[in-house]
Amino acid sequence: MIGEGIQSTNQRKHSYVQDHVEVGFFTDPSVCIGCKACEVACKEWNHVPDDGFIWSGNSYDNTGHLGASTWRHVMFLEQDRPKGNQVAGPMSLDQDPFRWVFLSDVCKHCEEAGCLEACPTGSIVRTEVGSVLVQNDVCNGCGYCVVSCPFGVIDRRPEPLHDTGGAFKCTFCYDRQKSGLVPACAKVCPTESIVFGRLDDLRARGAQRVQELQQSGYSDAQLYDPTETSVRGIHAFFLILGEPEAYGLPPKPEIPTIYLKSAWTSAFATAIASIIAAVVAFAFFS
Amino acid sequence: MTTNSPSEKRLEELRERAWKDGVVPGKGVDVVGGPIPKKPGYYGQPVVKPPVWTWEIPLYFFFGGMAGMSAVIASGAIGLHHVDLARASMWLAAIGGAVLSPILLIMDLGRPHLFLNMLRVFKHRSAMSMGAWILSAFGACVVPGLVALELHAHHFFPGALDQLLRIAAGIFILGSAIFGTLLATYTGVLIGATAIPAWFLHRTLLPIHFGTAGLGSAAGLLELLGHRIPALNVLGVYAAVVETALLIWLSVDKHGVADRAIHEHGTGWLIRVGEVLTGPLALVLRFFSFIPFAAISFLIGALVSRVGWIEVGKVSGSDPESVFAAENY
Repeated sequence: MIGEGIQSTNQRKHSYVQDHVEVGFFTDPSVCIGCKACEVACKEWNHVPDDGFIWSGNSYDNTGHLGASTWRHVMFLEQDRPKGNQVAGPMSLDQDPFRWVFLSDVCKHCEEAGCLEACPTGSIVRTEVGSVLVQNDVCNGCGYCVVSCPFGVIDRRPEPLHDTGGAFKCTFCYDRQKSGLVPACAKVCPTESIVFGRLDDLRARGAQRVQELQQSGYSDAQLYDPTETSVRGIHAFFLILGEPEAYGLPPKPEIPTIYLKSAWTSAFATAIASIIAAVVAFAFFS
Repeated sequence: MTTNSPSEKRLEELRERAWKDGVVPGKGVDVVGGPIPKKPGYYGQPVVKPPVWTWEIPLYFFFGGMAGMSAVIASGAIGLHHVDLARASMWLAAIGGAVLSPILLIMDLGRPHLFLNMLRVFKHRSAMSMGAWILSAFGACVVPGLVALELHAHHFFPGALDQLLRIAAGIFILGSAIFGTLLATYTGVLIGATAIPAWFLHRTLLPIHFGTAGLGSAAGLLELLGHRIPALNVLGVYAAVVETALLIWLSVDKHGVADRAIHEHGTGWLIRVGEVLTGPLALVLRFFSFIPFAAISFLIGALVSRVGWIEVGKVSGSDPESVFAAENY
């Protein structure tokens, strides 16, 4: 059956939620065909409203970027580099190297999540499977998570869409996972470019895939999983060809809570200075 | 054959550019694709999300800062038995901090009816959560403080009860002052500890700026209300001196592309105008004893600068190059 590879975990029932097993997505652009089935499945399953039909002119991508009403986003990169050991055919102009890369972007479900730390209502929580979930009925739409996500994933849904005002992002299909089902995007992916499974398995599989690709001439294949930064790794990680910047991914994402210490120090110093100024003003200039 | 007329030259120029770069950007024509897209990042799409906050938030920063620091002035005034000044500043603190601030904050929520969820948890690692608690604590001090002060000032109750009210007023005003300094400064932490490059690069400056702008606004507003005493003038001079220093700091501590929203375009002008009005201009006006003008200059500057910082966040957050460049700092 299509989408049922040897290593497939995408079509199996599981009990990760009950067993408290950390899960993840491994998304691999080298086998993505840009079909956008993941975008469609995500919108259909989660009842995500459409947010307009705008022709962007950016390759085959009219989705743009992740947001309150876009939880999967297939990117279409056009780059003047060869793809692996690809040989330019006789029809190509001057044998100019060219490649088209597709990558399905999604919420990264960070190990240290900026949105989760920032949320003042406790609406954003960590689930049993290690994913980051917004409880829609608790969120009051303060918008602080929006500026606290180093990846620009979460956003507040504007009028006049349905269920507006709250912050939305990928739920990792927590509802499906509780019933032992695989997230909708992974379930429909025909080439297993999106793989769902145990995080440790996926990390091993990702490392192996990078090795395979590099041996096949994709010298710029690498994993995008910022474990060295304060984000301490992501649960939905990617294989990328070339630099992260080209995918709109920050090379060194940081969780904004690392800035708290210096900012609060400055705030307390200002508070004390203001009190001293007031005391001096009233004591000596009255 | 082509002529040497300027219009023909322009067309030649376009052709050469198209040949060289593979794409010709022009006014009113957004050439998105081209053979190979040349925009930074992924088609120039934002890497982080710009803030969704609208006009309520800069206005809240303004009133919250003014109200918080009014309570500091109130405690100074009560300590030296300036009862009229203490009453006026407590009224400012109450109107700004217990009425306008919560209204503005609730209006800005995506789901205003769920505003009470702000007090569902206490998270010291979330500046927004701390802010909600600071504002609540401030309101819980400033309202009884004002009521006690007014009852005491009008000798509403006789004898011992009046003395009790005096002590209660003193305690609540002191509490208001402590939470007031935090109310005026935490807003700098709020936007400083985010993923927006122009904000987090200036996370040390922002609380100093917001707090001091709050103090200067409170002193200026009280002066405009007729309390022309040297102590308020001294506070006004102090705030203007600090703001002048921050203006210099901001023009020296540049981060190139990473914080260009502060220095370029319309947002750059908002920041500059705000800083000049609160800093050098207010200082010069105070030096020549044009106190009401200095107060007005400072108040306008404080408001413009708050609007400016939120707009800076929107520009900076939409600019992928700033995000990439900020990673070098």
